[in-house]
Amino acid sequence: MSRTTSLSAASSFWRPSSLLVNGLLLLAALAALFPLFWMLSVSFMQTGAASSLPPPLWPQDPTLAHYRQLLSQGGIGRAFVNSLGLALAVTCISTLFNATAGYAFAKLQFAGRDRIFALLIAALVIPGQVAMLPLFLMLKNLGLINSWGGVLVPGLAGIFGIFLVRQYARSIPDELIEAARMDGAGEFRLFFSVVLPVLKPVLVTLAVFAFLGSWNDFMWPLIVLTDGDLLTLPVALASLSREHVQDSELMMAGAVITVLPVLLLFVALQRYYMQGLLMGAVKQ
Amino acid sequence: MTLPAHPPSRARRQTAAWAFVAPALSVIALFFAVPVLLGLALSLSDFDIYALADLGNLRFVGLGNYGQVLQMPLFWQALGNTVYFVAFGVPLSIAVSLGTAVLLQSRLARCKPLFRTALFAPVVTTLVAVAVIWRYLFHVKYGLVNHALLSLGFDPVDWLGDPQWAMPTIILFAVWKNFGGNMIIFMAALQAVPQDLYEAARLDGAGPWAQFRHITLPNLAPTTLMVSILTTAGYFQLFAEPYVMTQGGPLQSTVSVLYLMYEEGFKWWNLGTASAVAFLLFLIIVSVTQGLLWLARRLSGGRA
Amino acid sequence: MADRRALLRVGAAGLAAPLLAGQAGCGRADPNLLRFWAMGREAEVAPQLLAGFERENPGLRLQIEALPWSAAHEKLLTAFAGDALPDMAQMGNSWLPEMAALGALEPLQPFLDKSRTVDKADYFSGIWATNEVAGRSVGLPWYVDTRLLFVRTDLLARAGFERVPRDWNGWLRCMAALQATGVATPLLLPTQEFEPLLALALQQRGELLKDGGRRGNFDSEGFRQALRFYLLMFQRGFAPGLSHNQVANVAQEFGRGSFAFYITGPWNIGEFKRRLPAALQDRWITAPLPGPLPEGVPGGGPGASVAGGSSLVVFRHSQRKPQAWKLIEYLSRPAVQQQFYRLTGNLPPRRSSWALADEGGRSLAQDRHASAFAEQLERVRPAPAVPEWERIAQEMQLFATRAAFAGVDLEETVRGLDVRVDAILEKRRWMLDRSAR
Repeated sequence: MSRTTSLSAASSFWRPSSLLVNGLLLLAALAALFPLFWMLSVSFMQTGAASSLPPPLWPQDPTLAHYRQLLSQGGIGRAFVNSLGLALAVTCISTLFNATAGYAFAKLQFAGRDRIFALLIAALVIPGQVAMLPLFLMLKNLGLINSWGGVLVPGLAGIFGIFLVRQYARSIPDELIEAARMDGAGEFRLFFSVVLPVLKPVLVTLAVFAFLGSWNDFMWPLIVLTDGDLLTLPVALASLSREHVQDSELMMAGAVITVLPVLLLFVALQRYYMQGLLMGAVKQ
Repeated sequence: MTLPAHPPSRARRQTAAWAFVAPALSVIALFFAVPVLLGLALSLSDFDIYALADLGNLRFVGLGNYGQVLQMPLFWQALGNTVYFVAFGVPLSIAVSLGTAVLLQSRLARCKPLFRTALFAPVVTTLVAVAVIWRYLFHVKYGLVNHALLSLGFDPVDWLGDPQWAMPTIILFAVWKNFGGNMIIFMAALQAVPQDLYEAARLDGAGPWAQFRHITLPNLAPTTLMVSILTTAGYFQLFAEPYVMTQGGPLQSTVSVLYLMYEEGFKWWNLGTASAVAFLLFLIIVSVTQGLLWLARRLSGGRA
Repeated sequence: MADRRALLRVGAAGLAAPLLAGQAGCGRADPNLLRFWAMGREAEVAPQLLAGFERENPGLRLQIEALPWSAAHEKLLTAFAGDALPDMAQMGNSWLPEMAALGALEPLQPFLDKSRTVDKADYFSGIWATNEVAGRSVGLPWYVDTRLLFVRTDLLARAGFERVPRDWNGWLRCMAALQATGVATPLLLPTQEFEPLLALALQQRGELLKDGGRRGNFDSEGFRQALRFYLLMFQRGFAPGLSHNQVANVAQEFGRGSFAFYITGPWNIGEFKRRLPAALQDRWITAPLPGPLPEGVPGGGPGASVAGGSSLVVFRHSQRKPQAWKLIEYLSRPAVQQQFYRLTGNLPPRRSSWALADEGGRSLAQDRHASAFAEQLERVRPAPAVPEWERIAQEMQLFATRAAFAGVDLEETVRGLDVRVDAILEKRRWMLDRSAR
């Protein structure tokens, strides 16, 4: 395919077709990001400023008062720590569980392996909410309601995660594993020293997915947690939004605290996140 | 070739394999499979708040709950709302995803990584937080959207308070939130389309639109099908948006099937009814996805 | 490097474990931690209000949890279902039959018998009655609540009305006049609140449920009249079709004169006093709800309203019942109830609290904004005391909204509502019939 020379590259930007493409992209990017910019802007506005006509775009008199209020009284600081702790726990445990299981399904032989895997894939169709109510009753009998354990347990392993790891692990050359076995390595040693390094990219992907999934999870923590100081960020924010429906500036500050960490995490690790999406979706 | 010192026996390898899968499988079995089966059992009883207090108040009703749910006007309204959401949301979402993917893949596009990050950002944001933002942006009096409409000379719209407009607003929101995911998938699929096809078409004098219709779309068909099915199944599970933005209102125009399940189950504790709703939703999703697959097979088979 | 990664992972999981364990253990077993759930504005002032209690009981620690009203009922039931109820809570009176039917509440009679501060005779009898289920006291009234008119008297004066209207016809005339002077929607009637319609319905003769709470009685002349009047508000454009989401700040809009009438409860006395500027404080007043019949006719003039309010309950599974009762007793002291009024505008259920003079020498009964409530409290009727009431009330409101905005006709509405309510009450009928047998 012929490449444009550097001379015509600059001038080609101003061609109508190029302007159209870049213009549309710019419009789309603005549409995608505008609500987030507005959220940031309003969080610094004075109380009541956002509910005035004409609705302002920039704060007249920027203030940190809402952040201070949220962190001191609103329990948002607490919710942030809760969300972080939970997300880290889920990420570590689920990545470990999914990795071992995915590897086993890919490379180890055991009775009924393929049938069980087929069953797991079929189960992907079942929406998680079908299990929610009975799971609630089950956890109540285990005393896990209104505790972080109750929030954690459904997320400790996931079919999608196992699928991703298996896909990736299948590409590991068998000779590598056999060689290690010949050297007398036990299965666990083998896994940790030989397989895991190779799986690193998919593990980071899994970890990013798990972290984001746990951080953004709303419905299940909403149901399980009742104590105010156990709440995670999305639940605390939703409860705040019902109670303080008039304080839009306060709500936006809460939204910033909820959204900013994951946005930053995403920007830092976006390569892995998108890779994971592709692996899961494009490869059948 | 060295002889192995201790060749691991087949049996030992099997136990090791089981040890590897046991944690994940037990979590899935205990916290997913068992509840699903229990849910089926619940749906056959009239478990409610009275039964929660005293199990002696439980009655076995067989398929009675399913009959009752199918006769509830609210269920049909919820189903209608959900189907409305899927019918408009899925095509719109896919169109936007495909459009932005094509734009991003174009040779003419600049600063691609920057645009890609920007367009994908809404996907990772917490739904509750951005739903709150949208609620304020679409406020009937103080929202920026109505302000923009007014300055362009249009009448303001009661986005979240008018039963006609509430669901379209939620559809718009869902599309905004989710288009990035499918965009990435389409981008990868577009990359896989062989470039010489485009070369040949250009030499034949085909314009960009013709190239799109005759090369891009057919090559993307499998991906489009997969994305449609995944998005459809996902959109049938609409819940958080109505919960945060409209609480199912106004006039229950944004009650989705899952929202109905949540209300029946966790608001009024009619667990029997709620489980029946959940299983009905499951059956609907399965039938619709099967239908889509069958349709796709018909279409591609017919074209061959 | 792989081992390090594995170590890291195990280490992180290990760090997380104490998080879980720590939470599971802490607070639950502490015998000196009293967990109290309160709602709305009451929850906001509770720490301040209870500072005195904490000083008197240095060994006891209080954990006050704030619940928004819109989610409180749900959270209470969820907590009951999940065995996660606190030691005690504030609870709306209308929820008491439900929680009592579930066996969640501790009967308070033994505590009442031994108490020296709580005297049943001192409480308004209608309010005390709402706290008795099947003859047993399951809650102690904390404050009374009813729905009244909050009025911008200056806007009324501008429209030619020196006195707040006291009957329906006068009210309609007043609102028409207000519209003529530029107040486009004189009455704020949020469509997700069922209390205004309930108050109008309770002004009628007859009950909302019949056969001992087994069936709906909405297809009756009384309810029809109430619903017709309610729908008139929207038909004549007196009330906007605003949903909860759209009224960002009620106090702000009241101050701006977007509406002149608002049917709401005593907590807004506190809210408006706090949020409205000083210049507006003498331009608003509270007034009893106008009744259906004109003044002068027997039974005419201002009508009844909902007998609401919150009570304090102790949960059966609590391990700290005596401590919870101590807190309840503290909150029922007249001096504390007066302080409560000053902080929130919520009205005491004890006559002695009303009569108690504060430092300024004025008692509640003489307070400008509270006196209308004293008058209305003489004319309150409770909602039906069935466990399913919360659900029935919400269905009632839904049907009414549909009649107002989706063009469903009145006959169809009331008949459909009865069918729906009968279905909701089916289990109750089965249980009552079963226990009768």
